Amino acid sequence: MSVLVIAEHDNAVLKTATLNTVSAARQLGGDIHVLVAGHNARPVADAAAKIDGVAKVLFADDAIYEHDLAEPLSLLITAVGKGYQAILSPATAGGKNVMPRVAALLDVAQVSDICAIVSPDTFVRPIYAGNALATVQSKDALKVITVRATSFEAAKAEGGQASVEAIAAGENPGRATFVGQQISKSERPELTAAQIIVSGGRGMGSLENFKLLETLADKLGGAVGATRAAVDAGFVPNDLQIGQTGKIVAPELYIAVAISGAIQHLAGMKDSKIIVAINKDEEAPIFQVADYGLVADLFQALPELATELSK
Amino acid sequence: MKVLVAVKRVVDYNVKIRVKADGTGVDTGNVKFTMNPFDETAVEEAVRLKEAGKATEIVVVSMGPQQAQDTIRTALAMGADRGILVGSDTELQPLAVAKLLKAIVAKEQPALIIVGKQAIDDDSNQTGQMLAALLGWPQGTFASKLAIDGERAEVTREIDGGLETIALALPAVVTVDLRLNEPRYASLPNIMKAKKKPIDALTPSDLGVDVTPRLITLKVEEPSRRKAGVKVANVAELVSKLKNEAKVI
Repeated sequence: MSVLVIAEHDNAVLKTATLNTVSAARQLGGDIHVLVAGHNARPVADAAAKIDGVAKVLFADDAIYEHDLAEPLSLLITAVGKGYQAILSPATAGGKNVMPRVAALLDVAQVSDICAIVSPDTFVRPIYAGNALATVQSKDALKVITVRATSFEAAKAEGGQASVEAIAAGENPGRATFVGQQISKSERPELTAAQIIVSGGRGMGSLENFKLLETLADKLGGAVGATRAAVDAGFVPNDLQIGQTGKIVAPELYIAVAISGAIQHLAGMKDSKIIVAINKDEEAPIFQVADYGLVADLFQALPELATELSK
Repeated sequence: MKVLVAVKRVVDYNVKIRVKADGTGVDTGNVKFTMNPFDETAVEEAVRLKEAGKATEIVVVSMGPQQAQDTIRTALAMGADRGILVGSDTELQPLAVAKLLKAIVAKEQPALIIVGKQAIDDDSNQTGQMLAALLGWPQGTFASKLAIDGERAEVTREIDGGLETIALALPAVVTVDLRLNEPRYASLPNIMKAKKKPIDALTPSDLGVDVTPRLITLKVEEPSRRKAGVKVANVAELVSKLKNEAKVI
């Protein structure tokens, strides 16, 4: 009995969500193998081999895996994953893209975005934007699962001494090709892994005003997030969106500025340890989940906050 | 080019849902239902392709109870040409829906399938990918831009770090993100016209698909509620609380 974890990476760096997924895999029991499929991704395979609790790394290094195209990747995972008890991937954009394809090829149901493991065949997952938790039992012999990273502790990145075994690349159906990408560059911590997040909504009013949040985030060493409304208004790029259809975060401190607190936004941040709301509307629903609420105009409160933090 | 769009009837996104006291599910009696928001975006995109002369016919499919017919009518009022309702009182999970869609694809032979990236009730985000796998077609998931050029679809996708563009050889499956477009409101004349558009009725057994659920829901419960905290009077008090009480900064 063993579990296969699909590594999330950018060919150079192993993403931390992989560590959370390894922790989930440990709860299932059995040996843990990690599949690294990429192009010139040796540093990732070496990093995966050091994760505490990993028994073996399977390493497929080929140009067809450079951009995580779902078609060749799903064929590889399906071929490699057949002998396992479960195949786990973080519920990132990459995992959500490829894993249902794997599940269908194996003719099994997928369990999406699990937040707890009850037993090796029974899992808890959020439904209805996190307003209900469903406990589901999988009847399939092989489980295909995506894991909500914020619900599991990260495994230690050091201490493991797994062997790295090179495996041959699979077939590339070739009907999808990579054209290009626009990756947002930021000096700030990655949103899903940040300890502190400062987030803004439509009430920020403009791209310029978002700079006030960036200043605050930088003072706190945190990341900047946003609601869908702020993204749609063009204040910030879409990859900063937090919520049911954006990223799920659970930092130590979440500061929601000019965010009303719609169901869809709360779905992405209500597991944060401490929530602070700054809003001029004292009736805003966000105050019902905030540990500390400040009814104030953001143009006064944010500069004051920056000053106070500098003391 | 024929375009197939799949739509789902779900509890309206503004409804604050209630979990049933016996833990068997979510209370859906006397609750407002609408078309899944992502599916509205999918229908809108198909209609725009038709308006641009790229699509010739739009077939919209929904699966589930008879009331799903209303969801199909909505899509017809937005501009789809005809509908197919696969009636079933069994809970249809993504793998079953993908298999049913595959059977419909075999009959209809569309060149493009557009679906929402996820339904806001089960939040699975699986069906489009599963359908593409079963058909052996390429997929463009989480699309925020779609351009059709002959036998090729160029899809800009929302990924964790930003955006990515891929090219797919048609036929292909595209799942849409909310930022792809702004769905139109159906006008009253179009709603009237939609009543005359045909809707075929089928069942899973007509399509030869076993829809038995693979995942058994053992219980549904409310998540632990956060307690509302305290209001602070000013910024200085806020910072003091974060430093000394919560100890997070």
